[in-house]
Amino acid sequence: MRILRLAKAAAAAATIALSASSAQAAGGGIHYESQEWSFSGIFGTIDHAAAQRGYQVYKDVCAGCHSMNLLSFRNLEGIGVPEHTIKVLASEAEIESINGDGEVVMRQRLPSDPFPAPFANPQAARASNNGALPPDLSLMAKARANGPNYLFALLTGYQEAPGDMTMSEGMYYNAAFPGHQIAMAPPLAADLVEFSDGTEATVEQMAHDLTTFLMYAAEPHMDERKRTGLKVVLFLFVLTILLYFVKKKVWADLH
Amino acid sequence: MADAMHGADHHGDGETRRDFLMMTTAAMAAVGAGAAIWPLVDSLNPAADALAVSSVEIDLDPIAVGQAVTIMWRGTPVFIRHRTAKEIEDATNVALGDLPDPQADDERVQEPQWLVLVGVCTHLGCIPLGQKVTDKKGDYDGWFCPCHGSHYDSSGRIRKGPAPTNLPVPPYEFIADTLIKIG
Amino acid sequence: MADQNAPHTEITNPLLKWVDDRLPLVTMMNHATVDYPCPRNLNYWWNFGSLAGFSLVLMIATGLVLAMHYTPHVDMAFASVERIMRDVNFGWAIRFVHMNGASFFFIVVYIHIFRGLYYGSYKSPREILWILGVVILLLMMATAFMGYVLPWGQMSFWGAKVITNLFSAIPLVGESVVVWLWGGFSVDNPTLNRFFALHFLLPFVILGVVFLHIVALHKNGSNNPLGIDTKGPQDSIPFHPYYTVKDYLGLGAFMTIFAAVVFFAPDYMGHADNYIEANPLQTPPHIVPEWYFLPFYAILRAVPDKLFGVLAMFAAIAVLFILPWLDRSPVRSMRFRPVSKWFFWVLGVDAVLLGWCGANAPDDVWMGLQFVVWSRLATAYYFLHFLVIIPYLGLFERPKQPPASIADSVLGGGTGAAAVAAAKPMEKA
Repeated sequence: MRILRLAKAAAAAATIALSASSAQAAGGGIHYESQEWSFSGIFGTIDHAAAQRGYQVYKDVCAGCHSMNLLSFRNLEGIGVPEHTIKVLASEAEIESINGDGEVVMRQRLPSDPFPAPFANPQAARASNNGALPPDLSLMAKARANGPNYLFALLTGYQEAPGDMTMSEGMYYNAAFPGHQIAMAPPLAADLVEFSDGTEATVEQMAHDLTTFLMYAAEPHMDERKRTGLKVVLFLFVLTILLYFVKKKVWADLH
Repeated sequence: MADAMHGADHHGDGETRRDFLMMTTAAMAAVGAGAAIWPLVDSLNPAADALAVSSVEIDLDPIAVGQAVTIMWRGTPVFIRHRTAKEIEDATNVALGDLPDPQADDERVQEPQWLVLVGVCTHLGCIPLGQKVTDKKGDYDGWFCPCHGSHYDSSGRIRKGPAPTNLPVPPYEFIADTLIKIG
Repeated sequence: MADQNAPHTEITNPLLKWVDDRLPLVTMMNHATVDYPCPRNLNYWWNFGSLAGFSLVLMIATGLVLAMHYTPHVDMAFASVERIMRDVNFGWAIRFVHMNGASFFFIVVYIHIFRGLYYGSYKSPREILWILGVVILLLMMATAFMGYVLPWGQMSFWGAKVITNLFSAIPLVGESVVVWLWGGFSVDNPTLNRFFALHFLLPFVILGVVFLHIVALHKNGSNNPLGIDTKGPQDSIPFHPYYTVKDYLGLGAFMTIFAAVVFFAPDYMGHADNYIEANPLQTPPHIVPEWYFLPFYAILRAVPDKLFGVLAMFAAIAVLFILPWLDRSPVRSMRFRPVSKWFFWVLGVDAVLLGWCGANAPDDVWMGLQFVVWSRLATAYYFLHFLVIIPYLGLFERPKQPPASIADSVLGGGTGAAAVAAAKPMEKA
C-alpha cells in the first residue's frame, strides 16, 4: 500500500520534472554540450577573476550594441572590483542631468548610475543593426533554457553554413542558434581584447569568461543564495529529525 | 522506551530526557522562526539602490566667498555656505549663554569658511530663506524661516523664534581640500 | 498528556480567564485545536491540510512584503521585480519563496484532494466540506493565474492574452466580456493594474473560505483511513498534543524539501521565457502555463472547438463539485473497495498524463501518437471516470467489510484481515 502511494507521489513529482525538461527541449531541439562552470552545483560560486575578464569583454565588445540596463557600476563590487576602480570605470561614461537652470547637461557617471546603453531606444537600435534588435543582456543567462551552456555554444558556434543551406541576406550561420541563422556577426575573434591579468584571449576563453559575467549579471545574489541554502537546509533537516523523536515520544503512551 | 517511562525508578530519567529533547526542539524551532521573520522585516530597510545614493560628494571649488548652494541629500536640502570673514567673526564672538541652544561655532564646522547644514527648520520643517543673495537672512545674518519667524545666525544656530534647536550639521568629511562627502 | 480523555482544558491564568469570560477566544481556540477529538488512526496523508494552511499564510506574508516593492505598471513592473531580486534586502529570497511557494501550495493541495478521493472524505456528511474545498481550489487557480502575470515577462503577457481571449468564445457577449476584462482592446496596463488588485484581494477571500472549510470539518470531525465513523471516545484522541506534534513534524519535512528547492533550484519549475520582458509584438514559440495548470491546459486544447474547449476545461472542475452525488457507494475508503481502488490509480496516471500533454506541443509525437490524440484519450478517460465508472462502481461494486470500529481495528479485535490491515497505520511513525 505504502509503496503504491509513494509511487503515486513520485509520479506527480515526475510530471513536474518532465514538464520542466520538455520546456528545455522546446528550445529548438539542439543539444548543448555541458561546459565546466565555477558556479555549477550546490557549492559552486562565481569565479571573480573570470567574471572581471568577462566584464571587460562585455564593455569592450558587446556594449557597442547590447545594453545591460539592470546593472549599475556598484554591482561590480560583487565580482571583486575595488571601489576606486569602480569610480574610475563609472566616470568614463556620461549621463544626462538637469542643471540648476533647468538645462539638460551631461555629467560623469557615478557608481550608483546604471551601465550606459548604446542606443536611446529600441528603434534607434534597430536602425543601426539592419532592423534587428540586439537584446538587453542583463538576464540573458536565465532567459534561455540551459543558459550558460547555450550562450557558450552560441559564442563559439559560428561556422561555415552547410552546403545545402541557403542563408538569408545579412544572416550568419550559427550551429547553436535556433534555426541556425543569426543576425549578429561573429562577435569574438582571437586576441580581440587584452586581459589585464595576462590571460590569453582565445575565443573559448572570452566566451567562457563573458558567460560567467553574464551569469553574475543575471543573478548577483546566486553565491549568497547557495551559502544561505546550505545553512537553512541543514538546520531544517536537523530540526525535522528532532521533531520526529518528539513525535515518537508524545505518541509513545498511546497503544 | 515505554518501559523507561513507566518504571518508577527510571521515571525521573525518562522525564528529563524527554524534557531535554522538547526544550532543544522548541528552542531550535524558535531560532528558526526568528531567522525566517528577520528577512521579512529587514526587507523594509533601505535597499541597496537607496543606500548607494545615501552619500553625495560635493565639489566646493565653484562656490565663491559669500555664496551658498543647496544640494539634495537623502531627500532633504543641505545648505553649504562659503562664509565671509565677517560671518565667521560674528559666529565665533557670541556668548554661549545668549544662545537658546548653546553650541560653539567651532563645534559646528570642520573648516571655518565652510558651513554645512541640513536646511530644514527645527520648528516644524519649513525650508529657511537665506541661500540666495536676495533672500532675507534674518536679524543675525544667517537664515530666516518665513513660516513662523525663526532666526538663525551665521553658524546656523537658533537665536530668535519658535525653533527649539540649531540647524543640524549632517555627517560629512573632507576627502580632498575642496571636496566633501556628505553621509 | 497521559490522560487522553480530558475533554476540556481549564484556563488557569486569571487575566486570561477574565477576558475569556467576556470574549471566549481562548475557549474557542482550546475547543478547536487542543481538546478537539480526532480519530486516532489518521495517517500522514492527513498532514496535507495543515500544510496547505501553512502555505497560504506563507504566501500572504511574502506576498505582502513583495507588494511593498512592486510597481503594477507595464513600464515598471518587470524592472521592479528585478529591483526586488537585486537591491531589496533579502528580496531575492522573499521572491523565490513566493514563486516556489505557489508551486508547493498546489502540490500540497493536489495531494490533499487525492487523499479525499481515496478515502471518500467527500461523502456524506462532508459534502459541503468537499465543495468548499473545490471553491478554494478555484480561488487558488484564479489567484495563481493573475499572480503569474504580475512580473510582466513574456509568459506572463502571452499566458494572460491566451486565457483571457478564451472568454470571447462566450456566445453573443463574448467580445464585450473580454474588452471589459482587459479594460481596453488588448492585455495592457489596465489589465495589469486590476490583476494586481485582485491578486492582493483573493488570498484573503481564500482565508475566509478556509475558515468555513474548517468550521464544516469540525461539525462532523475528520474522516479517517478506514472511512468508518468514530463510535465513541475510545476511537478518538485530542488534537493536542498528538496531531499538533505530528503536524509540526510534517511541516519540518515540508520546509526542508521546500528550502532545498528555493535555495538550490528556484527556477526549475518556472520558464526561462519569463525572464524576458513582455513584448506584445513577439509571440514565444511555445506558450505554456505553470505546471499546476498543465492538465487543464491539455483538456482545453484537446477539444477542437474554442467554446467547447473552454467548457470542457471548466467541466473538469465542475465534475468535482457533484462528486458526492456521483459516488453512491456506502463504503467511504478505497481500502475496502478493491475495484474502485485500481481506478483511483488509473485516474492518478491519467492526471499525470494530462499534465505531460499540456507541457508539449499538440503536434509533437510521443510513443507513436500525437500529443493532441493522447490529450483526447486522457480527457475522455477523465470524464468517463467521474461520470460513468464511479457511479457504476458505487452501485454495483462488492466492497470488503470494514472493521466494526476504529478502536477495534487498532486494538487487534474486529474482523479478520481487514482489521490486521487497518491496524498497520498505528505502527507507522
